[in-house]
Order: sequence, then structure tokens, then C-alpha cells
Amino acid sequence: MLSFMARSAVQKIITLFFVSVISFLVVYLAPGKPSQVDPLNPKFTPEMVERFRKQFHLDEPLYIQYVYFYRDFFSGTSVSWKDSEPVLNKIWDRFKNSLLLFVVGTVLTWTLSFPIGIRSALFRGGVYDRSMTLLSYFLISIPGFFFAYILIILVVEGFHVPVIGMQTFGLGNVPWYRQGMDRIWHLLLPSLLGATGGIAILSRYVRSQMLEVESQDYIKTARAKGLPEEKVHYKHALRNALLPFVTMFGLVLPGLIGGSVIIEYIFSWPGMGRMAYEAILARDYPIILAENFIAAVLVLIGTFISDVLYMIVDPRIRL
Amino acid sequence: MIQTEMETFRREPIEKPLAPRESRRREFWRLFKKNGLAFVGLLIFVLFFLTALVGLMLTSGSKPVFDPAIVRLDEKLRPPLSSPREEALTPEAIPRLGVYLFGTDDLGRDIFARMMQGAWVSLTVGFVAVGISVLIGIILGGISGYYGQNAATADQVISAVMGIAGAILLIAKVVTLGALLLMAGVFFLVLSKWLKRKVRAGAWTGWRRILSIRTISIDALIMRFVDIMLCFPSFFLILTVVALLPPSIYNIMIVIGLTSWMGTTRFVRAEFLTLRDQDFVTAARALGIGNWRIIFRHMVPNAIAPVLVSATIGIASAILTESALSFLGLGVPPPHATWGNILSDGKNYIFDAPWLTFVPGIAILIVVLSFNLFGEGLRDVLNPRLRERS
Repeated sequence: MLSFMARSAVQKIITLFFVSVISFLVVYLAPGKPSQVDPLNPKFTPEMVERFRKQFHLDEPLYIQYVYFYRDFFSGTSVSWKDSEPVLNKIWDRFKNSLLLFVVGTVLTWTLSFPIGIRSALFRGGVYDRSMTLLSYFLISIPGFFFAYILIILVVEGFHVPVIGMQTFGLGNVPWYRQGMDRIWHLLLPSLLGATGGIAILSRYVRSQMLEVESQDYIKTARAKGLPEEKVHYKHALRNALLPFVTMFGLVLPGLIGGSVIIEYIFSWPGMGRMAYEAILARDYPIILAENFIAAVLVLIGTFISDVLYMIVDPRIRL
Repeated sequence: MIQTEMETFRREPIEKPLAPRESRRREFWRLFKKNGLAFVGLLIFVLFFLTALVGLMLTSGSKPVFDPAIVRLDEKLRPPLSSPREEALTPEAIPRLGVYLFGTDDLGRDIFARMMQGAWVSLTVGFVAVGISVLIGIILGGISGYYGQNAATADQVISAVMGIAGAILLIAKVVTLGALLLMAGVFFLVLSKWLKRKVRAGAWTGWRRILSIRTISIDALIMRFVDIMLCFPSFFLILTVVALLPPSIYNIMIVIGLTSWMGTTRFVRAEFLTLRDQDFVTAARALGIGNWRIIFRHMVPNAIAPVLVSATIGIASAILTESALSFLGLGVPPPHATWGNILSDGKNYIFDAPWLTFVPGIAILIVVLSFNLFGEGLRDVLNPRLRERS
């Protein structure tokens, strides 16, 4: 176990190094220069460009820039090129908002998809199962932004509550429960949208997993010895069907950044995805690279956690 | 009649009874037709294909039948199926169908014509991007699975490292050093090849034996590269590259293709690892058939089923990605219409002109759904194990 952890940690650090090199090359070798982001601005004199290039080491060769960038990044002194705020501070502010969205979305995904999937499996081929199959195809295929607008139209026209942003602007001095409800309304739609794809995929997976287990011999045995149906389903089948899902706990982590750009953009949610989008448009390289690096770290931590969990719950696995 | 029958029987006495009753294609088709949803998916897909083709022909050229670019400022935000006020329009601005089938947008452009124009973009993006990713996937996965165990020797590794470092430096405009390294790498490769041919591998002595030490295998190398690529959040990576490159539809296709080949590579590798040890491959090798011919003529056709399935579903997700990029304003440069940017232009009017959101949104939904259903159907039909169970 320990040796596996050490080996995989080394491997992951090597992977991370290559990720940092590739993302650095992608960003720095793309056509266009960050120092000339606004050539039409009359206030943007050549001296300023020069100072800008000096300040951020843009005159140095590429590999020296690479060293400079990651030295600054790890010592926490790298700053955004746009407002000279420390990158880590900016990301931390946005991270808290994204985390809220992510946690609610994940909880929704996991609490909804298990009952749906199990019910589909128990009543296989029935009306419920078929309609859920069709619905999940719909949810996978619907473009997130289109679904977002459908929900916005429904909620705004049906309930007359504003949903854009993190809270209603200028709500003023209202009692705490009004404020709380306001926050919940603003949180509900984006997190539900973040969860739809997950619910569709996960519930299908729960269903197929349940079906797989239900056809095993020990289920037949359990039934043959006269156990009540509920006990067969929930004690014998479900517990074994749960096994692969333990590993998925780790794999949801990267969703924190990648999946949220569009949703945060539509709902003006000040999270990491939207910051990444803004940074990309503004060619703010430190922010782009930092987010990319954090995303890669999340992916690697996620796979690591899922490997370890798998070893813990399934004694047959020896890595 | 009887005579001829007797004759054929006499001529091929053994082959006849042994041949399968049903050809593979017909069996596939029969099973596929039974799968209702998948069949509907295929029908919609064919319909979409024709629409895109017709749309391309009718909306391009100097005098298109449906002109998506005509601006009619008097006819802003007309709802679907409303008829144009002909007295306010010049003759060529009157829509060909006599009505605005899908309404008009905030500049009075006919949404129907714009949808027809955008269909081709979605189609080509889906197919070209997936084509690129499948090609990369098959080549890398094939190499990885077929040459899996053959570890590269130290000299090959050294020359590859030198070559790649040289190429990177060249791209980074460190010309002299890069060119030198690249040339040194190639030279070293040729030198070691030549040396090996001259001196038998076993006969190497002293320090030169270091060069033939077995190091990392190609398989491990490619799989580590897949791991590295999987670390990038894909939509974020695509967004970065597309935003930094000049706006063009080809860039989007290439970028989506270059960031989505990892799954195919893994599938193909796994299939190849099992196929490699089977008798027909051994037989082919015993006949002296070349490696590339074995890979592409004998192994790829046998490994293609999961690739086809994932490619079909990949087309769906490529279309979704393209529409999301267009929605963010990073896709095809305007005035060319895509389904994503019609929706994006319409988002400011969702309460006053909901058709601007719903027409392209539903179109994307239907097309993506059809690809997904078709792909799932393929998976069921092509996989006999699944077929028996459900």
C-alpha cells in the first residue's frame, strides 16, 4: 500500500511537470503578444509596452520565462498582469464561490441518481425505466446553455424571482430569511444545471451496475433461501453494486473547474470558470496557467483518491 | 432447373452448407432495425446530413436561394410563420418561402436561412474533429498495443530526446541550437542503426553496450502521454487554444480533434493487446506480411467496433462543444451563422423573442440526441455479449 502510494506520487509529479510544460508552451507560443493586447488604445505608449515586457520577463528566452513563472507561482508572488493582484488570492476568492456551486451540484447528483437508477433496474423494461432512459438521453444531449435559458424563462416567468448573479443586487436591508431564500434561489439553478449531465450518466451507470449484480448467483441463492425481496435488493445486491461508485468520488473533483465555464458565464457567477474565461480573453497568462495547473492537480488527486479507495473497499485489487 | 442445381451442388459440395446463413451486414441490419430508438437516431442523422448539404448549396454562392445575410431593419424580431410586409421590402429581400418560417432576428435576418447555413458548420465540425481524433487514436493505440512490449533501446531514446528538444527549440525560435540538436538527433539515429547493422547486438563491448540497454517501452511512453493529456480539463483547454488562435472554423475542428483522441487510443490499445496473440495474426506474421499491413488490414477491422461507437458519440460531443464555443463568441467569425451564435445573439431577447433561443437550441438537441441514440444502438448491436443479456 505504502509503496504503491509512493510510486504513484512520483509518477504523478512527473506527469504534473509535463502538464506544466505543455500548458506553458501552448499559452506562450500562441500567436499574438500579451503586451500588445490593446494596440488601438492611445494611452498605450511604446514605453509602457517596454516596461510591461521588462516587468514580466517577456524579453527573456522561453525556458527562463518558464522557470521564472513557476518560481513565482510556487512562492505565491506571481501577480495578475491586468490588475497586479496576487494570483493565488484572486483564485482563492473565486474558488470559494465555485466550491459552493460544486458541492451543491455534487450532492444533487448523488442523491438523485441513485434512487432513479435503482428504480429503473428493479422495474427493468417498464414504463418508468423507458421514460428514464429517454430522459437521460435528453439530458446528455441538451446543450447546457440552451437548458439554462429554458430554466431561466421558467423560473423567472413562473416564480418572479431573479436568478442571475450570486444574490439580488440592491436587496438592501431585509430580514435574514429573505436574504437566505434569495441566496438559495440564486444557487439552485446553476447547481442544478451543473448536475444534469452527472445525473443522467450516473443513473444509467447505477442501473447497469444493479442489473449486472442482480444476475449473479448469490442473488439467486439469497432469493432461494427465502429472503424477502427488499432484503435481496438492498442488502445483497445494492451493497455489491455500490463498489465501483466509491472510486467515482475521486473522479468528480476535476469538475470543479472544467465543467463550469458556460454556467458561470450565463449566471454571472463569480467563480473560477468565469475567471478563466475572462483571463483567456484578456491574455492574462499567469491566471490561465495557474488555473490549468490547479485543474491538473485536481485531476491527479482525484485519480489518486479513487485508486486508494478502490484498494480499501475491494480486497481483491492489488495495484 | 434441377440440372443446374445439381451442377452447382456438385461443383462446391462443402462450401455451401458451411457458409453462414446470413451475411454479417444483413445480420447487423436486422438487429439494428429491431432497436427502435437507434433506428430513429439513424433516420434523423440522415435527414440532418441532407439538410446540411442542401443548406450549403442554397445559402452559398453569389446569389443564394436563401440569403442568410440580408438585413431587413423594418422586419426585426418577427415571430415564426409570420408573413413579411412586402411593401416595405426590396424584391430580393422577400423570403423565398413567402413566410419567415422560423422568424427573424434583431437585424431582421431570416432565421430559417441562417439555420440552413449553420447546419453545415455543425456537420463538418463533428465529422472532421472526430476524424482527426480517431486517426490519431488508431495510430497511437495501434502502435502502443502492437509494439507494446518492445522496449526502446537507449540510443533510440537519446536520439528521440535530442530530436524533440531540437524541434521544440526551433518552434521557440532558438534557431541555431534547435537546428543543431535536431540534426544531431537524426544523425545519431542513423549512426546507431548503421553501427548495429555492422556489429551484431550481442557483440557490443565496453561502453557501447550502454547504448543497447532496454529503457522505457513505446507502450508506456504513449500511455503516459495519454495520462498527461487527460490532466487538462478539455473544455478549458479548447477554450484557451481557440481564443488565442485567430478565429476560424478549421482551428476549432483541429483543436477539438487534437484534444479528444485519448479515449480512442485506450480502446484501440486494449483491443490490440488481445488481438495480437490470436491465431490469425500469428498466421499473418508467419506468412511474412509486414507489420503495417497486419495492423491496418487485419487488426484494425477487428478492433473497429468500439471505435465506431465512441466516434459516433464523439461527433455528438464535438457538435456540443462547437456550439458552446460559438455561444461564447469564440467560434466561426460573424456574419457566418452557426447554431451556437444564433442562440448567442438571441439570448438578449429570451423574453421578447424566445424563438431565437428555441429554434437553434432544439435543433442542436435533436441532432446531438440522434447521434447519441445511434451510437448506443451501434454499441448494442456490435457487442454480442450485451445483445444476449438485454
